[in-house]
Formats: sequence, structure tokens, C-alpha cells
Amino acid sequence: MKITEEQIQYVAKLARLDLAPQELAAMTGQLDRILSYVETLNELDTSGVAPTSHALAVTNAFRDDEVKPSLAREKSLANAPLQNGEAFVVPRVI
Amino acid sequence: MEPYASTITDLQQRLRTREISAVEATTSLLNRIEQVDKTINAYITVDREQALAQAEAADRKLADNSGGPLCGIPLAIKDVLCTEGLRTTCGSKILGSFVPPYDATVVARLKAAGAVILGKVSMDEFAMGSANENCAYGTPKNPWATTHICGGSSGGSAAAVAADECIASLGSDTGGSIRQPASHCGVVGLKPTYGRVSRYGLVAFASSLDQIGPLTKNVTDCAIMLNGICGHDPKDSTSLKQPVPDFTAALTDGLQGMTIGIPAEYFGEGLDPEVEQAVRNGIARLEEAGAKTVAVSLPHTKYGVAAYYLIAPAEASSNLARFDGVRYGLRDQTAETLQEMYCQSRSQGFGPEVKRRIIIGTYALSSGYYDAYYKKASQVRTLIIGDYKNAFSQCDLLASPVTPTPAWAIGAQSDDPLATYLSDALTIPNNLAGLPGMSVPCGFSAAGLPIGLQLQGPHFAEEKLLRAGFNLEQRLGLSDRRPPLA
Repeated sequence: MKITEEQIQYVAKLARLDLAPQELAAMTGQLDRILSYVETLNELDTSGVAPTSHALAVTNAFRDDEVKPSLAREKSLANAPLQNGEAFVVPRVI
Repeated sequence: MEPYASTITDLQQRLRTREISAVEATTSLLNRIEQVDKTINAYITVDREQALAQAEAADRKLADNSGGPLCGIPLAIKDVLCTEGLRTTCGSKILGSFVPPYDATVVARLKAAGAVILGKVSMDEFAMGSANENCAYGTPKNPWATTHICGGSSGGSAAAVAADECIASLGSDTGGSIRQPASHCGVVGLKPTYGRVSRYGLVAFASSLDQIGPLTKNVTDCAIMLNGICGHDPKDSTSLKQPVPDFTAALTDGLQGMTIGIPAEYFGEGLDPEVEQAVRNGIARLEEAGAKTVAVSLPHTKYGVAAYYLIAPAEASSNLARFDGVRYGLRDQTAETLQEMYCQSRSQGFGPEVKRRIIIGTYALSSGYYDAYYKKASQVRTLIIGDYKNAFSQCDLLASPVTPTPAWAIGAQSDDPLATYLSDALTIPNNLAGLPGMSVPCGFSAAGLPIGLQLQGPHFAEEKLLRAGFNLEQRLGLSDRRPPLA
């Protein structure tokens, strides 16, 4: 096994996901197969090969620092599950 | 001919001569959707009222001859693109009631050109899938065989065009999500060069790979749609300042002087014999049109899927962190703490494939695994780009299959995510290199399922792709064929 239920549980927690026990078992089997498959990359010697993050990287995409109208507050808040007309409302943080 | 069955060029002609109005054309499409979408399920949301209002506005422009090529043309938009005032679900429960406060730049451009937006079409949740079976709002059916998948993730975009439920549509392509469903549904689909089209208002999946493009009934329509959406946008800093040509200008020239590479690795093990035969027949037609062919090799092709299924989930795990129940989307109202709210909202809102990819991506980026997985995959990406550079030193374009098999039966692969991932082996390398790619119909299987031919080119080679595609289409004469729908 490349990966255990405990590892998946830990990663799920990092990703803010709760997995039900049967979801966890199924996910572990599937991820184990997927991770075994991606290990085929190790057949390739990549020492000295620079990693690519963007195939067509744009550098210094500058624009003029002009003030332009932005989305009105009520439009920004319109999709919020809970809001008070001024801000998004969430459960107590501390 | 019923207006719904038109191409953009046909309809444009009939609108300009005032043979029919945009309202009549739009009504024809809305009725067609009413009639066939019970079977096909391509649409998640139909916006009858706004579509008719946009058609009325188009009629006013047409009356004073101020409308462009897309004026009054009814289109469908993949539900991953934000549409102001029109629900945008991304195929997910988590965005089930999300109504964007602004238009994606591509949508704004189409609207400004006078196009009519009929509604939002189905997709795999957050564009993650190859069969459109990962959608919270049902699986659309392939119009050529309603027992079969229409492909994904832009499945609704392809099915709606094939079933004449729109004149053309927009999709998005992260690992083949325009080209693969286009191939399975027998329509034209083009994924432009990375950066050609603004992604402002596209709900991000994997930002170094995503690109928006058209799905159409023929290659000329594809060029017209591309004219409508390409070009730099100050709101998307990854969009390029490359000049945008008139893509319709060079379609009809022959292929004399063009060299087309045939990559050996795309014709390997697992390729269905019917697909191979149709694609090789298509290549012979390209030769008849004047192209020379040359055998080329892209030796790292077989590592594309493995590299992609680390890079794309890694980017997705970061992009999808924004769905936390705070600013939009589903929130678990029972949660007492902020942490519980994040966790429960995401766990209830995301489907299994999205959770799977978030977990793969989080794992690949997590401490201790980054070098082994993410960095390794990014290095292999460099090797894949090197293959293409080498190939394009010998040829102008590549011709190959889009997918190793025709569409499969609904449900046949739903328990095996890895098998589905592997079906994307011939479209994924293109995204890793940011290249333009296109699927053009080239034949049918004995069972009557469409087969597409993939053309790929170097960055900004869209005009050459379209010209080769147009020549292929003319010589095959398949573009008038329609599925046997009632």
C-alpha cells in the first residue's frame, strides 16, 4: 500500500473535508491505485531538468494604477449565506 | 430548414436579409430545447426571458445594420462561466444557488456582439471528469446514442450543439474537456493557445492549464466564435497581448506547403481499430488537400496522464479552497464553529470526484511529498514540452486521434477513476504545453458513434489548425450529418 486510511484522514483534515467511513475506505483504495500509477514518472531521470509551472509565462503584467469602480457592496454580499448588510457573518472564531 | 438546425453562417444570412428575426430564431431554439432536452439533459438552466430580451435587442441592431457576425445568434454557455444575474452552478451542489454579480469577459464580449445566451449547459462538477457523469444535475446523453456518454467535462456544450439545442457553445479545456466531448458528439471543438482567451469569470480548476474555447457545427463557425472571444483583457493578467487575426480569413486556402506530423505514440496500444481507421482516412484527405505528412515521435506522451493527475489536482486543491461557505455557495447552518462550518459545508457541497482530486492535490503538495510528486511532475512537463518543440521543428501541425475509443456506455467506467483518467492520454499533453488543439469529425464507428481527428499546433497556430480542419471537413462532407433524434 502506498497510502493508508490514516494518511488520507490527515490530508482530508488539511483540505477541510470530512469523509464518512465508507467514503474513506473507497478513497483509500482508489488513491492507492492512482499513486501507484503516477510513480511511473520515476522511470524518467529528471535530474537537471527545470520544472515548468506555466507553459507560456507572462512576466511583469503591469497596468496603470488607476482607480476604477468596483463591485457595489450589496452586489458583493448578495450571494452570502449570511450577511448583515455590511459584512459577511460567520460563526464565532474565538 | 428549421432555424434551430442552422449554422452561424446560415442563420446570420437569414437574419441579415430579415427572412427571419432574432426573436423567431431564439424561439425556434427554445422550442427545440423544450422538445429534446427531456432526453438529452444538456441544459442545467434555460433563461427564456433574458434570451428573448437579448433577441429583441439584436433585432434592433439588425434593423439598422449595426450587428456583427454573432448578432442574434443563440448560444449556450458552459456552466463554469459566470453570467450576470443567471445562476452558475459549475455542475456542483455547492454553487446550487450562486447567481454571479458580473459576466465573464467571454460572455460580456459575446453579449456586446449581440449574441443571445439561451442558458447554461451541463458539465462535470468543477470540470473534473471525462464523461459528464460527475454532475450534480444529472448526466447528459450522447445525441447519437442516448445510452452513451457525451464526453466531458464540457459534455453539455457538445451535446447541445450536436442536438441542435443551440447554434454554438462555449466550453473549457483543462485536459481535453473541449476536444474529447466534441469528438464523442461529432462536433468541432477548439482549445486555443493558453492565454489567447481571457479567463476572467471562469471558475478556476487548474490555472496553468485551463482555457476557454468554442464548440460548433462546422469549422467556419468555429473561426467566427474565436473571433468573438480572443484577445487581451486587462482583467486577466495571464491573457496575452498577441495580435488577433481574422480567423475566418485563411480558411479556404489549400494545404500546399503544409507538413503534418503523425506522432507514432498516439497510434499505440489500446487504440480502437475503428478510431484508427477513421483517423488514418482523415489524414489521407489532408494529404489530398496538399499537405505532406511525416512520421514524428513524442516519446514522453505516455507520462502525460501521470504528470497531469498531480499538477491539475494540486492546482485544484488550492483553487477550490475558496468554497468555504463564507461569501457564496452552500453553508452548513448547524455548524457552531468556523472550522466546523468550513468542513461541513465543503463535505456536503462537493461530490466524490472533486473530493478525490482535492485530496490527491493536497497530498501531492503536502510537506515531505512535494519533491517526489509535484516537482517531479513539473519536470516531466518540461520534457513533454521539449517533445513538442522537437516535433514542430519538423512539421507545422500534428494529426492524431482525440480519444482512443468512441464514447462508452453510461455507467461503464464510473467505479474506476483511473481507467477514465487514462482515456484522456491523447488530449492531456497538449494542455501541459499550452498549445492550441482541435477536434474535427472524421467518421463514425459501426455502431454510429462519432469519431474526431485531433489537430495540434505550436503556440498561436490557430489559423493553421482551422485551415487544415476546414479542408478536412470539405473533403469528408460529414458536417451536415445530424443525430437520429425525434
